[in-house]
Amino acid sequence: MIRIEFKNVYKYYTLLNTGGIKNFILHFFKHIQTIKNNKVLALENISFTVKDKEVVGIIGKNGAGKSTTLGLIAEVLAPTKGEVYVNGKIAPLLELGAGFHPDLTGKENIILNGILLGMTKKEIIGKLDSIIEFSELGDFINEPIRIYSSGMLSRLGFSVAVHVNPDILLIDEVLSVGDFKFQEKSKNKIYEFKQKGKTIVFVSHDIGTIRELCTKVVVINDHRLIYEGEVEKGVEIYEKL
Amino acid sequence: MILKDVDYYTDLLLELTKKDIKVRYKNSYLGYLWSLANPLFLTLIFYFVFKIVTKVKMPDYTLFLISGLFIWQWINNAIMVGTNLYISNASLIKKVNFPRNFLAISLVLSEGFNFLLSIPVIILFIFFYHKQIKIEWLIIPLYLVITSLFIYSLTLIVATINLFFRDMERIVGLLLTFIFYLTPIIYPMSMVPSHYKFFLYLNIFFPIVNLWQELFFRNAINDISLIISIIYSIILLIFSQKVYNKLKYKFAELV
Repeated sequence: MIRIEFKNVYKYYTLLNTGGIKNFILHFFKHIQTIKNNKVLALENISFTVKDKEVVGIIGKNGAGKSTTLGLIAEVLAPTKGEVYVNGKIAPLLELGAGFHPDLTGKENIILNGILLGMTKKEIIGKLDSIIEFSELGDFINEPIRIYSSGMLSRLGFSVAVHVNPDILLIDEVLSVGDFKFQEKSKNKIYEFKQKGKTIVFVSHDIGTIRELCTKVVVINDHRLIYEGEVEKGVEIYEKL
Repeated sequence: MILKDVDYYTDLLLELTKKDIKVRYKNSYLGYLWSLANPLFLTLIFYFVFKIVTKVKMPDYTLFLISGLFIWQWINNAIMVGTNLYISNASLIKKVNFPRNFLAISLVLSEGFNFLLSIPVIILFIFFYHKQIKIEWLIIPLYLVITSLFIYSLTLIVATINLFFRDMERIVGLLLTFIFYLTPIIYPMSMVPSHYKFFLYLNIFFPIVNLWQELFFRNAINDISLIISIIYSIILLIFSQKVYNKLKYKFAELV
């Protein structure tokens, strides 16, 4: 079964520097022109597929277009041209704790965040103990999260995200959260997902983890896909870039 | 599957609304009382200016003010907060795919919840002026629906424009002040010269405010305002949904 398919995908970002509404009205036609021409290329003619149970690493230099690719899979972005098919429920571990509110307690944030990530309240309540235990926050869970350290916040975010029961897990450089012990635990959790046969798409600069975890890599350079296939070969190409 | 979706969207809406309500007064001692403070203080100010200083002749002027100021507060607050709706939720919009218009719905509901809580205060004033509440009040649910749709649509529109022009925040603030004085809230419609009256109905805010005002002030249902406010709300709703559906995938790039 195909989980994700990119068909000749182009993505341009429009740079919207209008200089405010005054300039926009005064130079209306000129601005429409500049806006039309002011495009930045993010992805050019990208095609690849991810099958069920595959663990795919996306590697490439900074600014190559990796996060844009994940954004397209997560459906927060739409392609300018081409098509993106996604089949299955997605858990995005793109930014941990997106939507956390500082004045709510850890517990309240778990419920809110879990719902935003696609769980029903009943599901979250059922998993609440497990989420709290995984986060290792102890009694802090009933305190407003504005008093948390950044490590504690990441742990909370990670714990919620891995408790979504997804078909596809998207991970963007978030395995380096928390202390050494928690990092190990996070990695183990990801392995667990792999063993359960989940599809994982993984963006990282950590070649070690890519080698350990992935069954396939996609190398993106200068907004173009230059390699799709075997991990060792892909890493070799990436390291020569 | 569909049933589960309904469950999910209900949860999403309830939790977002609950969050808005919880967070608003979480760190203040007086909590909910603050949402009464603003309209009540405005009432006091306008009472002083128009009743004591300029001596406007209108019976029960205070009650008239109360009838309009609380509903104005709901509209005004929701749109002011709504202008920054997407920008203040930037991290969510960039990373998580959920229906973005739920942010607007929950904003309307949480501000509307405040308005509901202020109705007992309005009733207190009505009794204080030895007036009654009549059967016409049963129309309140319909009024709530119309007002919610109106505010929801406007919020979606201003929040989207604000992504393209951050100036919108200032403009909306100015415009709302302007509209506040152009709408018969602190003066009755009857004082508006007759050849200007037609223009009142071009002000999209007027029919909505007028609905509530007439109901609270004299237990009346104004048919013209009712029909026009429904028309305005539906037009705005269609327009805002079009804009929203066309641009929703752009939000993540623009916030």
